[in-house]
Amino acid sequence: MDEALITTMTVNGARVTRSVPARQHLVDFLREELGLTGSHIGCEQGVCGACTIRVNGEIVRGCLMLAVQANGCRVETIEGLSDSKELEKLQAAFHRRNALQCGFCTPGMLMAAQDLIRTGRKASREEIRAQISGNYCRCTGYQAIVDAIEEVING
Amino acid sequence: MGKAELPLHAPGTQVDKGYIGESVPRPNAQRLLQGRGAFTDDLRFPRLAHVAFFRSPYAHAKIKKLELKNALRSPGVIGIFDGRAVAEYCKPWVGVLAHLKGIKSPPQHAVAIERACWQGEACAAVVAESRTQAEDAVQLIEAEWEELPVVVDMEASLRGDVVIHEELKDNVCFKREHDTGGVDEAFAGADVVVEDTFHFGRHTGVCPEGRAILADYNAAEHSLTVYHATQAPHMMQDIFSRHLGIPEANVRVIARDLGGSYGIKVHVYADEMATAALSVMLRRPVKFVADRLESFVSDIHAREHRAKVRLAVSKEGQILAFDLDDLTAIGPYSVYPRTSGIEGNQVVNLTGGPYRHQKYKARMHVVFTNKNLCCQYRAVGHPIAVALTEGIVDLAAQKLGMDPAEFRRKNLIPDDAYPYTFPSGIKFEKLSHHKALDLLLKIMDYQKLREEQEALRARSVFRGIGLAAMIEVTNPSPAFYGVGGARISAQDGATLRLEPTGMVTVMCGVTEQGQGTEGIFAQIAASAVGVSIEKVKVITGDTGVTPYGGGTWASRGAGIGGEAVLLAGRALRSNMLDVAACILKVEKAELDIENNQIINKLTREPKLPLEELGRIAYFRPDTLPVDFQSELTVTRHYTPRQYGFTFTNGIQASLAEVDPDTGFVRLLKHWCVEDAGTVINPMLVDEQIRGGVVQGIGAALYEECLYGPDGQLLNGNMADYLVPMSGEMPDIVCAHIETPTLQSQLGAKGVGEAGTAGAPGAVMNAVNDALAPLGARVTRMPFTPERILQALKKV
Repeated sequence: MDEALITTMTVNGARVTRSVPARQHLVDFLREELGLTGSHIGCEQGVCGACTIRVNGEIVRGCLMLAVQANGCRVETIEGLSDSKELEKLQAAFHRRNALQCGFCTPGMLMAAQDLIRTGRKASREEIRAQISGNYCRCTGYQAIVDAIEEVING
Repeated sequence: MGKAELPLHAPGTQVDKGYIGESVPRPNAQRLLQGRGAFTDDLRFPRLAHVAFFRSPYAHAKIKKLELKNALRSPGVIGIFDGRAVAEYCKPWVGVLAHLKGIKSPPQHAVAIERACWQGEACAAVVAESRTQAEDAVQLIEAEWEELPVVVDMEASLRGDVVIHEELKDNVCFKREHDTGGVDEAFAGADVVVEDTFHFGRHTGVCPEGRAILADYNAAEHSLTVYHATQAPHMMQDIFSRHLGIPEANVRVIARDLGGSYGIKVHVYADEMATAALSVMLRRPVKFVADRLESFVSDIHAREHRAKVRLAVSKEGQILAFDLDDLTAIGPYSVYPRTSGIEGNQVVNLTGGPYRHQKYKARMHVVFTNKNLCCQYRAVGHPIAVALTEGIVDLAAQKLGMDPAEFRRKNLIPDDAYPYTFPSGIKFEKLSHHKALDLLLKIMDYQKLREEQEALRARSVFRGIGLAAMIEVTNPSPAFYGVGGARISAQDGATLRLEPTGMVTVMCGVTEQGQGTEGIFAQIAASAVGVSIEKVKVITGDTGVTPYGGGTWASRGAGIGGEAVLLAGRALRSNMLDVAACILKVEKAELDIENNQIINKLTREPKLPLEELGRIAYFRPDTLPVDFQSELTVTRHYTPRQYGFTFTNGIQASLAEVDPDTGFVRLLKHWCVEDAGTVINPMLVDEQIRGGVVQGIGAALYEECLYGPDGQLLNGNMADYLVPMSGEMPDIVCAHIETPTLQSQLGAKGVGEAGTAGAPGAVMNAVNDALAPLGARVTRMPFTPERILQALKKV
């Protein structure tokens, strides 16, 4: 059951090679093997969005992709995008507006929001709500999150 | 009352307004924004073992045999334990309280022995080197079951055709009757009597983070350190101590970051007690994290109520009397230690709460069923009481042809009637229903919305406006739990310490789950001491460090913990001035503290930076008079005592549009006016309300734990159990009245549950207002498209 495959990927700019159980999900690999615990596990069926990460520039659910499928891929997590300062403005807007409470959904929420922001397009509140409609937040009621994203997108 | 008049900055007090009333961002949010928080599942320990549970597939069945042979041979398995094995280390519990007269419940074990009473009850614990391996082994356990008759429906449970726990004789866990007298006469003499039955769907908290516990037993010390996603660390310390037989001083409970709690994480869970026991049994750290499927079948559920209510009204529109009959089902056990009788009890306490009638009769039954356990979830009882009250009030207004806002104005308790005793026996110190109603109608432009609604109806667009006035229990005294024998602290303490560098460390028994507790404590401490907010560091959630306290529940953090911080801050300020007076060789009365400096009170001229005060006090006390000892760590406590609860009030409004062809409800806007007393941080207060409103909207429109006739949960995953997502949620406008409680210096009441309390009633009334011209009405939450189409007789 625990057949392992040698897998190599670039995670937050650093190349890692590990023997990975074939059935291990990418988010479990990041958390358990690499200690990158910023990507959270909420539902393990792709609904809640807490494990949203970036693979080869696209956001994906870390719970719906196997780690071995990321062989040869470029993986970016909340830790990497925080250190590279790509999320700096968005994080500052979230902080200023209290667009997070418990913070469990926040890394995934930031990844989903940044996916829209980096297109450089303006967006309406409805479009912002649609963009994060796959990211479950139980604390905020979403309004402050929409406000924060809107502030960064529309200045 | 304007901010200048609040008790905190009343003339003669030593404290500047400082940060009170300012929207200061929470310092502790930074780590969460970078994914660098420390949730329980993020912790890493040497020799950490993982537990997965073998759970009953049946709602009610005898465990005839558990064959563990194959499971024990599975890779990585450390041990497998049944209920008897775990019971040797963990005593069972009974979820009853002395002040809920007659409440009964059988003993509950950490792991079921002989019999499972709901689908999902843990029947064996598998410990392995990884969670994956533990789950693999769970699949290999072979069980022989004997299915027993199942009680699913609460009316059937009350009838008692099948009794779940034979030794209890019937299925009634708790019942309460209340009667002021004169109710039947009031109904007999009323011009108008309206009656309806409201159904509330069983739903649950769906915390983003599953329940999580990491227990680390040290055999050499006979000590247990528990990293626990809990709202009440001291309560759990006591419980681990008593049920595992470890001296309380040897048990330390640490609650780091919590991924949502909302009342879900304030209870004793069997699988968590088992995890702690397993750590003792195996003498190594053991972790359990509930996955999403487990969360649905084992996190507490709430709110399954059937409430029949009658209202007697005069033709002038005066409410004369309420008559309530509530029935609620709680699963097979009353939850420990708060009991599952509280929600129904609250419904009796709070029904009709905003209004000034004096005649009230209520009957309430709490019954057992073979479904997952129910207990206190955010706003306990309030959403039921508010919705059934406001639903029947709207029906009366409709029958009299009165505008719902006018009807409320006529009946809300006058703002000058306080102190006031409500016919259920609860006492209000000071509420502001009329101010709140006026403000609500103004911010929503009620009249214009009514005109717009009328115009749109002509074009077959069906919009509804729903109002829901509410009262909310906050800052509970020992009357809530302590008097009933529960070892749950109603008081909280705060310790403040001046560090040598002039920093202030705050330690408090109230915990942080993201609502901003640590942020407001920093604001209060900085204001009370006279330092800037970046000089304050707050520590919560560790029984080894903080003063004893109750933790976070019943909207008590700001009002109780905040008051303790304020009192400790004032005491520390005074002690710091004693030291400064010695150093500067002047009278203490000449000095004050402002902006991290000792200053001259009159000229406001800086005299001594606090880091210099700290340096001398800690490192050169030899330069101070020989009989002087500085005391730069102080602790103060606070317990509300004058009233059983500090009530807040508020009113919400919902604007909804119903599509009569599809049955879909679109929420266009929501408003909430709340009087939470002194507002410490307006931004955090608004965000508490907004989040709470959205939880209430979930109850009204989407969320329900659906059970089949065999007691199987049909939608126990996030694809089938719908929660509010960003696309469907309206913007929510918040506004405030500030009537500080005079019981405390701070004047803060509480706000954590207000949104959830009022939103379901407001949405229900909006939907029914939209449906009114179509002759339809809904009273069974959640209002799914199917139920709305049924009401419209389209399906």
